[in-house]
Amino acid sequence: MTALAVADLRVRWATGAPAVRGVTFDLRAGETLGVVGASGSGKTALALAVLGLLPDGARAGGSVRLRGEELLGRSDAELSRIRGKDLAMVFQDLSSLNPVRTVGAQIAEAVRVHRRTTRAAARAQAVELLDLVGIPHAPQRARAYPHELSGGMQRRVLIAMAMAHDPSVLIADEPTAGLDVTVQAQILDVLRTARASGTATVLIAHDLGVVAGLADRVLVMHDGRAVEQGPAEQVYRRPRTPRTIALLRSAPRIAPRPARARPPGPAVLAVDALVRHHGAVRAVDGITFDVRRGETLALVGESGCGKTTALMEIVRLARPRRGRITVLGEDTATLRRARRRELRRDVQLVFQDPYASLNPRMRVRAIVAEPLTAHRLPARERVRELLDLVGLDPSHADRRPHELSGGQRQRVGIARALALEPRLLLLDEPVASLDATTQAGVLNLLQALQSRLGLAFVFVAHDLAVVHQIADRVAVMHAGRIVELGPADELYAAPAHPYTRALLDAIPIPDPVLERARPRVVLHGEAPDPANPPDGCRFRTRCPIHPALPPAARARCAASDPEPRPTGRPDHQVACHHPLPEPAPPTLRRTT
Amino acid sequence: MTRVAAGLVLLAALALLAAAGPALAPWAWDEIDFTAFGEGPSRRHWLGTTQHGRDVFAVTVHALRRSLLIGAAVAALATFLAALVGTVAGYAGGRADRALMWCADLLFVLPPFLLAAVLAPGAGTLALVAVLAGLMWTSTARMVRAAVRSLRDREHVLAARLAGVSAPRTIVRHVLPALASLLAVDAGLNVGAAIVAESGLAHLGFGVRPPGVSLGALVADGGPAVLAFPWRFAFPAALLVLTAVAANLLADGLRDALDPR
Amino acid sequence: MAAFLLRRTGRAALQAALGASLVYLLAAAALDPRAHLAGRAPRPPDAVVDARLARLNLDPRVPPSARYRVWAAGVLRGDLGRTLDGRPVGPELHRRLAVGVRLVLPGAVLGSALGIALGVWAAARRGRAADLLVTPLTYVLAAVPVFVLAVLAQTAAGAVNDAAGVRAVTWTDDTASGLLLPTLVIALAQAALVARYQRGSTLDVADAAFVRAARAKGLRRRAALLRHALRPALVPQGARLPHTAAMLLLGGMLVEQVFGRHGLGAWLAASVARGDVNAVAAVGGLAACAVPAAALAADVLHGLLDPRVRPA
Repeated sequence: MTALAVADLRVRWATGAPAVRGVTFDLRAGETLGVVGASGSGKTALALAVLGLLPDGARAGGSVRLRGEELLGRSDAELSRIRGKDLAMVFQDLSSLNPVRTVGAQIAEAVRVHRRTTRAAARAQAVELLDLVGIPHAPQRARAYPHELSGGMQRRVLIAMAMAHDPSVLIADEPTAGLDVTVQAQILDVLRTARASGTATVLIAHDLGVVAGLADRVLVMHDGRAVEQGPAEQVYRRPRTPRTIALLRSAPRIAPRPARARPPGPAVLAVDALVRHHGAVRAVDGITFDVRRGETLALVGESGCGKTTALMEIVRLARPRRGRITVLGEDTATLRRARRRELRRDVQLVFQDPYASLNPRMRVRAIVAEPLTAHRLPARERVRELLDLVGLDPSHADRRPHELSGGQRQRVGIARALALEPRLLLLDEPVASLDATTQAGVLNLLQALQSRLGLAFVFVAHDLAVVHQIADRVAVMHAGRIVELGPADELYAAPAHPYTRALLDAIPIPDPVLERARPRVVLHGEAPDPANPPDGCRFRTRCPIHPALPPAARARCAASDPEPRPTGRPDHQVACHHPLPEPAPPTLRRTT
Repeated sequence: MTRVAAGLVLLAALALLAAAGPALAPWAWDEIDFTAFGEGPSRRHWLGTTQHGRDVFAVTVHALRRSLLIGAAVAALATFLAALVGTVAGYAGGRADRALMWCADLLFVLPPFLLAAVLAPGAGTLALVAVLAGLMWTSTARMVRAAVRSLRDREHVLAARLAGVSAPRTIVRHVLPALASLLAVDAGLNVGAAIVAESGLAHLGFGVRPPGVSLGALVADGGPAVLAFPWRFAFPAALLVLTAVAANLLADGLRDALDPR
Repeated sequence: MAAFLLRRTGRAALQAALGASLVYLLAAAALDPRAHLAGRAPRPPDAVVDARLARLNLDPRVPPSARYRVWAAGVLRGDLGRTLDGRPVGPELHRRLAVGVRLVLPGAVLGSALGIALGVWAAARRGRAADLLVTPLTYVLAAVPVFVLAVLAQTAAGAVNDAAGVRAVTWTDDTASGLLLPTLVIALAQAALVARYQRGSTLDVADAAFVRAARAKGLRRRAALLRHALRPALVPQGARLPHTAAMLLLGGMLVEQVFGRHGLGAWLAASVARGDVNAVAAVGGLAACAVPAAALAADVLHGLLDPRVRPA
């Protein structure tokens, strides 16, 4: 039976700009449709039009039928009897939860809108729903306010609210946006259970990897149109339009790569047992690593693991609370003011958000020249050189940041960081806010600059797929500690720490058949509270292998937090009492 | 945008009236017509006379000029103080921030009418301007401080610091330009608020000292006698309200025009 | 929560004490009570004046800091000193305050409630007839100083009386009907101000993602606005409480005068003119306590409205 039939749907914003230009699809009960496209392709407008929640002034035309009944043109009163009951939505924005009411009350409200029941009964059902979407300690969590829950938990609450009446159709708009890969995998599992109860699901995402494991059919959107539509297997394996091919190509993949030896020479940066606490929060709790000239070290981990804090601690060039930071052979604790200012030229930072990091009122020329003029260096010629170096046209010098694309803005940020000819570049998620296709360009540029200028990079990222292309060595961080550090090829091919393994497993493969067939280790729970980490091994509470260990081995995990030790493989160390064994043929284990 | 235009036109008209009024009026503001005490509007005295025989039009236009000047001076001084203290407190943070904001809080606690009452007698208009500015800058300073604090954590400001740009230069290049619109709006609002506040003080007898006149003083004088001599109240009161509306229109319109939301 | 409240209360008390002390010192330093006493006819001998001033703790030959210590010790015992004519300040302050509260409080409460309702109503019907009527009206009304409004109200009432031929509306006594006009004036002024802010803050929240999400649950547009936007939109209003308190205090004094009441405003004006330091310090000290008290109330209100600022 057809749950939802959309025919020739067209949407125009209040300004008259078209958002959706004629999209048609059918959705049967229990089926999942993946709607995929880049930002601005009209996916969200499509969802809002189906719900009748377009912003004031926007208009929708065509037809939307829910179980045969036309929805377009109905009044707010009529639609409100359907919304939340037969047709529910999970919004992308986490601010969809009212900050001043408990999550339990908000779910109970969703229950009572469509069902006459007592407050107490609605409350009880809210707790059941929280339990259903996998929130532990549901009765207590129901009394929590949204800000007391993590992003993943908030997303679960939004799903619970949408599931209150077992809707015929559920629309989930980027339900994993902004989540770590491990939590993303958990949320996708929750949506899988929704599908099992017969709900037809529209799953909106910006990359094909996310929907590969879930969607029966896929619709690719571009510029308000459905450029390709069909069964998932067909769209992934035999894409017909260039747009789909481009989307498939930009999805992160991890292919085996040749090993590279560490470059010789002294360390440009050496961090030794660095500690940084914010009050009770142990953001960075003793990390050790070094980077050499021409080398890239990636610091990878979920949000809150302390990787950005570590970066900011390095860039301060000040005496750390505990531990030692050595830059170009100089201990930052012993630096005098003038010398610190000198050294600052050698250590530069590239920011995550190329929009926020550029002053919107300044022209590109002034932005790139700023470090030069601050150090009383001639700027004119050098700015032209720098723009050329990062692949920007001289004409870009007179533009302002908002006149540039995201990729161009990030290139400006890189040019500014290079202005003082640094020897160490700290990169804080430099491609995280860019579209997948632009990401590749910026990563290529960084690689080219590194080999040309002999720079050392510390590259912070939240998932392993992004750094795969650029990293020589990878340090995986969890709860303020480095749990595994080793050459990129080793680490990807044969992770020694169960956490690294789980991070790799959580990266979705953009192929429905492989994605559904592969054995996966899904992490349960979320990163521990950095103010109150578990005693013993901090990963113990989430560890997939811990429950299966014999009691004597488990006791070790509870007794002490493992220190990093060599695995026996070159330049490879792991902080685990029970590291994963090295596979017999060490190559080609994870081919996709 | 229409509000900005309306506010501008209205303010310009009022300023023009204040500037050209004395030339238009057949009487000087302090001239006394001994043949007409407390008379109603006539051809001789367009808006009537006061009980002392002054021409209401001439006096009111003169008062408008005084009130506009007070409003502008107070707004300029208050906004300058607020920008200075707010920026320093917000950018420096820590102990300096707490000390400055504590002072601002304390000033806000002190009743302004009392300051005016105690300080203004004898000291004249300048003291009045200082008192009114002292009353108004604290809330603006809080706003500026909050804005600076959020700007300070903005990545482009951090980028400037890391590039080796000095703190004063960072403030001038990266912080103040972003505050300009906020300060302009607030200065506009303060003009209206200062004129109204001065008139409130005048009502309690703490405003502009005689023989000087302000709109507030005229309204305060005219109020009790409104039933007998409505013209002495109506014209100054109307100008007072118009000035406040114009300043608010301009400021609110600017805020909406500058706010991208 | 208790520790937070205690800390905030302590801060408010410290601010009030500092503010009141500053007020006293300012008044003691700037005012000259001698001129008033000596200016009486027949002119009293200097020795009598000095003795009187010394008895009242107003002797200008004693440094203000020493006088402050005597005054502060008295205040801690609950004794606010005496006025120039020798009457105790405390009961007088009490009486005058009661006049002001009777006049202002009902109007302030009524006006705030009305303003919030009007603001939300206008926001809910943004761009429609109700909004286009209410919003400009509140805009102009908010720009009219309260004492002008009071005079206008009197004029209107006078016209009504003339037309009716009897004194149907009075405003000089503290009976229910006598309080009607002042209450109306305060309520109108307060409502206009509150409505303007409330409309703005409601509109700020009306487009929030959580209001849209509430509609996706099946709530009608207006229900979503009332159930989800009202409370967050009240937060900025609460933050304005100290400011409102200061405005009401001043506005109340002005309205008192226009309606011929002998309240705090008249007392303050007369006391400043006479150089009556103790009376001035009492009125000023009252204001210096009112603002921190309102700030404390605003903090508590903010905590009640928004769980995000509640200390764990």
